Amino acid sequence: MTYLSMLWPAIMSEKTLQVDVLVIGAGPAGLAAAIKLRQRGVKQVVVLDREECAGGVPRHCGHPPFGMREFHRVLTGPQYANRLVERASLAGVKVLTRHSVTRLLEGGELQVATPEGILKVVAKRVLIATGVRETPRSARLVTGARPLGITTTGALQSMHYLKGLAPCKRPVVVGTELVAFSSLMTAFSAGVKPVAMIEKGARITARHPCELLPWFKRVPVLLNTELESILGIESVEGVKVRDAHTGKSRVIECDGVIFTGQFTPEATLGRMSHLVVDPDTAGLQVDQFGRCSDPAYFAAGNILRPVETAGWSYREGTSVGGWIADDLERTQSIVSHQEVQLRCEHPVKFVVPQRLLLNRSCGFKYIQLRVARAVKGELAVASETGIIWRKKLSALPERRVLIPLAGIDCAKDSKVLRVYIIE
Amino acid sequence: MTTDNSSAHVRDVFDIAIIGGGVVGCALARKFILEGAKVILLEKGADILSGASKANSAILHTGFDAPLGSLELECMQAGYKEYLQIFKDFDLPLLKTNAHVVAWNDEQMVRLPDIEKQAHQNHVDNVHIIDSKELFKREPCLTRSALGAVSIPGEFVIDPWSSPLAYITQAVLNGAQVRFNYAVSSGKFDGDGWLLKSMSGEEVAAKYVMNCAGLYGDQLDEALLGRSEFSIKPRKGQFVVYDKAASALLKSIILPVPTQRTKGVVLTRTIFGNLLLGPTAQEQDDRGLAGVSYDELELLKAQAEAMVPGLKNMPITATYAGLRPASESKEYRVFEYKHKHWITVGGIRSTGLTAALGLANYIFKKYSKMSGDLAPLTSIITPKMPHLAEHEQRDWMHAGYEEIVCHCEMVTKREIDAAFSSVIPPNELSGLKRRTRATMGRCQSFYCSARLAQITKGRFVHDLSVDVMASDHE
Repeated sequence: MTYLSMLWPAIMSEKTLQVDVLVIGAGPAGLAAAIKLRQRGVKQVVVLDREECAGGVPRHCGHPPFGMREFHRVLTGPQYANRLVERASLAGVKVLTRHSVTRLLEGGELQVATPEGILKVVAKRVLIATGVRETPRSARLVTGARPLGITTTGALQSMHYLKGLAPCKRPVVVGTELVAFSSLMTAFSAGVKPVAMIEKGARITARHPCELLPWFKRVPVLLNTELESILGIESVEGVKVRDAHTGKSRVIECDGVIFTGQFTPEATLGRMSHLVVDPDTAGLQVDQFGRCSDPAYFAAGNILRPVETAGWSYREGTSVGGWIADDLERTQSIVSHQEVQLRCEHPVKFVVPQRLLLNRSCGFKYIQLRVARAVKGELAVASETGIIWRKKLSALPERRVLIPLAGIDCAKDSKVLRVYIIE
Repeated sequence: MTTDNSSAHVRDVFDIAIIGGGVVGCALARKFILEGAKVILLEKGADILSGASKANSAILHTGFDAPLGSLELECMQAGYKEYLQIFKDFDLPLLKTNAHVVAWNDEQMVRLPDIEKQAHQNHVDNVHIIDSKELFKREPCLTRSALGAVSIPGEFVIDPWSSPLAYITQAVLNGAQVRFNYAVSSGKFDGDGWLLKSMSGEEVAAKYVMNCAGLYGDQLDEALLGRSEFSIKPRKGQFVVYDKAASALLKSIILPVPTQRTKGVVLTRTIFGNLLLGPTAQEQDDRGLAGVSYDELELLKAQAEAMVPGLKNMPITATYAGLRPASESKEYRVFEYKHKHWITVGGIRSTGLTAALGLANYIFKKYSKMSGDLAPLTSIITPKMPHLAEHEQRDWMHAGYEEIVCHCEMVTKREIDAAFSSVIPPNELSGLKRRTRATMGRCQSFYCSARLAQITKGRFVHDLSVDVMASDHE
């Protein structure tokens, strides 16, 4: 009937595809999970990706370093992506591109748009690994008209590395997260010359030695500088920036604005379905096995939180893939086990996971969290009866902070654990 | 115009030149073509809907709150009726939402009966007051502080861009001409007709002129007639578009009890499946620049979250601003200059999307009294518009679409190709967005701008990509 039925006559019936595990998203997390599942002996593992090529975001990140842990060498993003796809294919994973999942239904039933028509997929388990994207100008509510030349790192990278194009010649780069420096590298590679990098905080967000890059390339980094508005009607003509200390505004001439970072999980499928979305991460809410509110669904990678490296996402995918395999082998559901909610309090920005099944020692080794501002003090976890874990903490925004789950021991009747900071 | 008949080159003389390709100009072009006139539409932008018509709240109004006896009310109700008669022929969408004018305090509560009464006077008969219990039953996500509401079952949501595009497409299919990048700069009237001249010196001859120049209507009157009986006071409106997930929070259009100055901030579903919030109302002198501002958007958001708390966790997809061509008086400004063969259709405010078809009929009647002998078309071509509405069958649901280019809005390559080969193809990104929804989604082109830049290279007035390598040699 269709090309799919030729692929697997046995499991294809009347535009319905039945599989053991369906993975949505062929990036590092999704492919890693699929590989693990195959290694664990799961038969039908299918990865769907809406793009033309598998590999995920590293595909358009044409510079190193990728793959040190996974492949023990320094690779560029596209090389890394190719290796992942190769490894998955060798493991017996079926990757189908240009397949857009459009709807998630209870219990693991999905609607998928394909150029050959709509397909129904029924899977015993589904892994959602749809990654993150940067917050565009609109969602940042930036003042100004809508001229051409406003973009994000991701768009800049795919334009340059995939299509050999560039959106502007002399942009201002907004933000100093790690990805902002990736933006700079992409710009240099494309022959684009950023006129400045601006950061509203008092220091560069990314770790040392990132700050050496703009210095080396003579791109001024303007700290304590807030973007006030974008100038220009048809095309960008400049940006107005405000000095946080003096309150004074000035204009920087440029023909583009690249918004970097402020990542947000691409959780649309979850948001439009019955799955619970965590308001703090804006990603899918999960337990320590990466399991969503519907036990047929799991999530791994940057869909869980903004934002981690490709390597971290790969390892997370591998872990969750393993737990899905465990779950398929299990004859009794573990969902009925007692659950405790994890809640964070400002300035803790989010925690992952948000639910813990008690008396299960395996699963994620850590609670991951981020802080909303620079903090110095103690990080604490408290149950209804009082603090059950505490440790000194000095942390900056966007930096990885971990609480070992082995150290969390709460009473059986706990319902909620609070994660907060004592300053 | 007779001068040219003697020359070797015989100039086309149009019956009607319409200046301005907004929703009003498009509707007029359609009407005059269907009535058998020879029509040309002149638009100074690169596409239709380049001015005021590109940004509005996309509501098909019943006219329940329009001033009794006003031209605005008459045209809105006629336009409303005609839209419901024709939308299916064009495959245009309609979302039957209902609207609620919600009272949030006692002061507003006491004004509800007046709103109901006015609606009945305007012959919108099914309007009625409901109590808070009924309101929360209909709209369970509204803040519990709402006291009651006026229900207006006939208020609907439409596609603000496909509708005017349908009107002008039909006009062109039946013989109308459209010229873009044609800014009328001067003109001469010789007693029989007009010879219009553009900035670049291009001439167009027409017996009658319809000034539908929107934000520039008064300036056009001044430039060509030597006077204007009204003056445009652009009023900026800012909007916030929430993610599609937010549309589950609301079933109807939530209207505020209006104040003297403005109809206030509306929260409505859109035909594309989003939730729309706005507009603000700020007067400004600039007729071209419509930018958003952070402070105003934050205020808007706070207002919306006070009405629907669930919006607090909802991502924002887009923000935009539009200019309404308001004038010094709160009414439509239609002026007829019989001896000059000129009709000015000015001051068409936010209700223009609904009123356009009605206005077209009204203006045609005026014209008929001045000049009679047109024979209506007997066989009419009606175009089918692309399906962009979220609640209808989209293109991606049908096999053979090649690829999805914009994933957030599920825009296919086939749809983009179709837009480029349509009767009025887009000349710029904004035109492609309005015709296909590409880049209008939550990622705002994070994922698709590269592919889109590649597909559209060389087809727009301004390319989406720049030639970086060339710049090295500048």
